Amino acid sequence: MTTSARIWREKPHRYRLEGVRCKKCGRTWVPARQVCPCGSRGLSAMVLPEEGRILTWTVVHTGHPEFSDSTPYALVVVEFGKGARLLMQLADFRREDLKIGRKVKVEFRKVQAAGESGVLCYGYKAVACSE
Amino acid sequence: MIGIIGYGAYIPRYRIKVEEIAKVWGANAENYKRGLGLTEKSVPAPDQDVITLSAEAAKNALKRAGIPANALGCLYIGSESHPYAVKPSATVVADAIGAAGHLHVASLEFACKAGSEGMYIAYSQVKAGVIQYGMAIGADTSQGAPGDALEYSASAGAAAYIMGQGPKVLATVDWTHSYATDTPDFWRREYQHYPRHGSRFTGEPAYFHHITSCAEALLKKSGMKPKDFQYAVFHQPNGKFPMAVGAKLGFAREQMVTGWLVPTLGNTYSGASPIGLTAILDVAKPGDRIFMCSFGSGAGSDGFVFTVTKAAPKVRDLAPKTRDYLDKDRIYLDYGTYAKFRKKILKNLED
Repeated sequence: MTTSARIWREKPHRYRLEGVRCKKCGRTWVPARQVCPCGSRGLSAMVLPEEGRILTWTVVHTGHPEFSDSTPYALVVVEFGKGARLLMQLADFRREDLKIGRKVKVEFRKVQAAGESGVLCYGYKAVACSE
Repeated sequence: MIGIIGYGAYIPRYRIKVEEIAKVWGANAENYKRGLGLTEKSVPAPDQDVITLSAEAAKNALKRAGIPANALGCLYIGSESHPYAVKPSATVVADAIGAAGHLHVASLEFACKAGSEGMYIAYSQVKAGVIQYGMAIGADTSQGAPGDALEYSASAGAAAYIMGQGPKVLATVDWTHSYATDTPDFWRREYQHYPRHGSRFTGEPAYFHHITSCAEALLKKSGMKPKDFQYAVFHQPNGKFPMAVGAKLGFAREQMVTGWLVPTLGNTYSGASPIGLTAILDVAKPGDRIFMCSFGSGAGSDGFVFTVTKAAPKVRDLAPKTRDYLDKDRIYLDYGTYAKFRKKILKNLED
């Protein structure tokens, strides 16, 4: 559900792709967390790069009611390097963009609107880079 | 030395051709193409608005400026299509680029010159010594009513500028001048979805009077003549007006063609002359002089004289160039999809 408090709370990772990297095991976490599953509290702040590659993809034909006028839409898992992976929508997608290994970049887009008069939620989506 | 230390543009990928719109309304596409001097326009995706276009342009400007976002002392977004009636677009963009906190933020509106007025305010604050760096963005996703002449031209795009001083300046601001009167040529009343305009009244008493008044005063103030400039860019609501006003002022076609993007971009309103300026900065050589004059209905114009410095060629490749956004990787829409994207038609979500 899109609420003002949630949008405000999620700004670091939704707006700026901010997360943390574990100094012990090297894993990356977006959004940031206080303790790594390896048990370490030694986490350093990091920002995901703007470009990555499609690791896998799917096309949603029957979406959540909030997105039913956007179907079909594509969801992709993007690998940003060093094992950091994020599930994102592929914006402006064409079927030929859906290739494993395809280079994508992130763009700031509108994610949700709480009805006609509610708050707007923004965040990053992937878009295919020119080949 | 005070001026632009970073700039960036953003243009959506989607396009619609004049023929596609004319076909639906039974209009003669060739007449519209000839009359408006444009063949297609950009269209924002359903998940794009002034905030998202501004954020992308702002990121490109920061890449060229090479400063941390939190060094910005102000951030202004000029637009007539802010997503919120009450809540500044610039706060979202400031947070998205990492500039939120200790800076002055405002969303501006002055029809098509809201972008240049942000540039003027940011520049003036740097010049006054109030701030070290300031960002100004001109962006719009304006709409024309279905079948109206504006529907063929109203498009989407954004340009961001960072003003500052010192060796990072890539184009100095040498002179400025502004001109404004109460001229009701184009307006949108509160709660109205589409703007209204005074048809031919938007020409001579509005666009041409304000640009020539501002530009002539700026030339006189600077002691310069049109031949002293390598480039000139004017507000471009259609393909004809900027070329006509430029010729009237004494500028040649070759001085204006680099910043004349409207034939394939459409009218990006608050982004129009600022995006044209980004295309010029992408190619201008050190020492080149640029003349810019915006126009916003209601009505007013802001004029600038810039001189390109040695810093420009060093930073222009750090972000995507404007012609790349304009000419590459376009996706063409049919009118039905365009109407859905622009919410001119809505899906019945009831069972």
